[in-house]
Amino acid sequence: MGPVLAGVAQLLALMAALALVYVPLGTYMARVYSSDRHWRVERWIYKGIGANPDAEMRWAAYLRGVLAFSAAGVLFLYLLQRLQGSLPGSLGFSSIEPAQAFNTAASFVTNTNWQSYSGEQAMGHVVQTSGLAVQNFVSAAVGMAVAVALVRGFARSRTGELGNFWADLVRGTVRVLVPVAAVAAVVLVACGALQNFSGIHEVGQFMGGSQAWNGGAVASQEAIKELGTNGGGYFNANSAHPFENPTPFTNLFEIFLILVIPLSLTRTFGVMVGSVKQGYAILATMVTIWAGFTALMMWTEFAHHGPALQAAGGAMEGKEARFGVGASSIFAVSTTLTSTGAVDSFHSSFTGLGGGITMLGMMLGEIAPGGVGSGLYGMLIMAIIAVFIAGLMVGRTPEYLGKKIGSREIKLAACYILITPALVLVFTSASLALPTPPHSMLNSGAHGFSEVLYAFTSASNNNGSAFAGLNANTDWFNTTTGLAMLLGRFLPMIFVLALAGSLAGQRPVPATAGTLRTEKPLFSGLLVGAILIVTGLTYFPALALGPLAEGLA
Amino acid sequence: MNHSVMNTARLFGAGLRALLMLTLVAGVAYPLVVTGIAQGLFHDKANGSEITANGKVVGSSLIGQSYDLPLKKGERTPRPDLRWFQGRPANGLGGNSVNTQYKLLLSGATNLSADSEVLLKRVQDAKAAVIRDNSVPGYTVKPSQVPPDAVTSSGSGLDPDISPRYAEIQVHRVAARNGLSVARVAKLVKDKTEGRVAGFLGEPRVNVLELNIALKDLMAKS
Repeated sequence: MGPVLAGVAQLLALMAALALVYVPLGTYMARVYSSDRHWRVERWIYKGIGANPDAEMRWAAYLRGVLAFSAAGVLFLYLLQRLQGSLPGSLGFSSIEPAQAFNTAASFVTNTNWQSYSGEQAMGHVVQTSGLAVQNFVSAAVGMAVAVALVRGFARSRTGELGNFWADLVRGTVRVLVPVAAVAAVVLVACGALQNFSGIHEVGQFMGGSQAWNGGAVASQEAIKELGTNGGGYFNANSAHPFENPTPFTNLFEIFLILVIPLSLTRTFGVMVGSVKQGYAILATMVTIWAGFTALMMWTEFAHHGPALQAAGGAMEGKEARFGVGASSIFAVSTTLTSTGAVDSFHSSFTGLGGGITMLGMMLGEIAPGGVGSGLYGMLIMAIIAVFIAGLMVGRTPEYLGKKIGSREIKLAACYILITPALVLVFTSASLALPTPPHSMLNSGAHGFSEVLYAFTSASNNNGSAFAGLNANTDWFNTTTGLAMLLGRFLPMIFVLALAGSLAGQRPVPATAGTLRTEKPLFSGLLVGAILIVTGLTYFPALALGPLAEGLA
Repeated sequence: MNHSVMNTARLFGAGLRALLMLTLVAGVAYPLVVTGIAQGLFHDKANGSEITANGKVVGSSLIGQSYDLPLKKGERTPRPDLRWFQGRPANGLGGNSVNTQYKLLLSGATNLSADSEVLLKRVQDAKAAVIRDNSVPGYTVKPSQVPPDAVTSSGSGLDPDISPRYAEIQVHRVAARNGLSVARVAKLVKDKTEGRVAGFLGEPRVNVLELNIALKDLMAKS
């Protein structure tokens, strides 16, 4: 079997595994968010919070819960890092500087996991396990909660009530993320991922002398890092590090974890709105884009254009021998089309076009299939845009899932899709216009521009991967990417929840012969087109200056 | 006004309490349970997959090492010890710059782009060195025989593996330097070559540390 064929076989095996769990996991999650029973441990947690999990919230109250919980998360994580130097169980590592601590706190709370630090030399056990890893869980659970609130907006009528934020947050964590992550973590350890609380580990070497590394709870963090589409590595090399991703099997398993919740949530959506076919249409849209991007990526990486890669005879710079080009391509596309940002190979050393594909993947807005929760709500916003475009063509008021898409709804959806491009383009231009920020670039010319564009695309879309040549640990980049992450996460959530409230308040419109059939392949095709056109028009000039200029040179 | 400040404070308090409760679940109970299971069932793997040779720990099977001669006076970079199989270049690997009470390995890639002059030069130099080092009387390595992994740095800088093709072009040199027959060393490489997992996952590879340990055993026997 040649490498290309093996790459395709891995892709097919991955799709088969995802298909196998789609119905059970998606249906289970729908039950989790619809059940009126509470587990005992959940009751304890509600008591601790002092919240009544059965109280229904309108959109503004739901949003206040999201913001209060996230603000507490930023503050707690910031203080934990600032105090690391005095905390026990921190290997004697010193405290993190303020700008970097702010950046990291914003990064993990927003499910971005952009890292301007190197894990193995900066973060001790306590910050990693009780700070960073916890946000890996709860930021994912917040994303799922907001998505579920939007789905309830479609499913409910003549009420402004969207559910209870605390209940959704706790259930997502306790019933979905923790159990799946625990099983996945044990699988990773069985294959060689680290899991201990020992100190700095020093081992002898073959040629004499010794090498030292930082042990820790790696597998348990790795599992939720992928499952929650977080992406913040325990080590600097992220999932390229053999202790995070030891074998070709763990590599495919980690890709599976990245994709499984975002894809299965379309089933949850279908069940909750009472038509699983609507879920299939959204799923088909996501899979079409993802599979298309993966095919393109494999093609360009196997073709290895670019002088250095031509001289080497293959695109192996920044890639691990055990994964090779095929598996690395699948990982790169999956991590950038979800909001994960974990890497098993370094995107900066991909071919010019390959790097462009990772960037374009993020620019789509992390919706194919996107981050846990955020992918579904982002895609539903795009579905509203697509329905609106179709409505304009035939000249009737658009509807989606029995709800009228009126001027209020379309304004909210339009605001949503304008936020991230505005953040990306404004911050990138500002960084290039100012005298000092460009000093952070490693490469020059088109690739140097791409490093900065990639950084703000990644931060604003809450991805977190990097063209890691850029030295992002400066006050400018720590502060601006931190702001981009916070604004790129919470402003869209405001519009999503406002939209959910407005939809839930409507009375349903009965479907007629003139209603666009949004469960049909035609609609999936229209949706793919709308996504590509909106993104293409927005970002083409920027892409032309960076990856296209490099790839076509 | 006062009322809304109070409300905000109360809400923030609820957020903080929720975070603390969930930290108990996801930041204390979860990692401890996973660590307990890991240490109980997979003790060696959970602690770094160390390899022992002749009663001494010689590294981790998952972490690449360098097989270099000791630094001579005036040398900036050590030269490879050509008696042993060599791993991939590791130009992205570094040492720690903070918390320097420890001397830690800092994993990483070069992040140089495909059109980088620096990377092009490194690849060309590495290719020339691979050809020079591995060509012995009666066996000349052709440029087309040098696989890409031999001249590029990995993502982690700690890649423990090389491709079987890179191991194969080192066979004649290793045999000559150690006074072994080419056939015996070639058989060693073949024995230590791992195919794709389940026939299609990842790429075929050879673990350099395990190969060198086996080579050392072979020399001890002969």
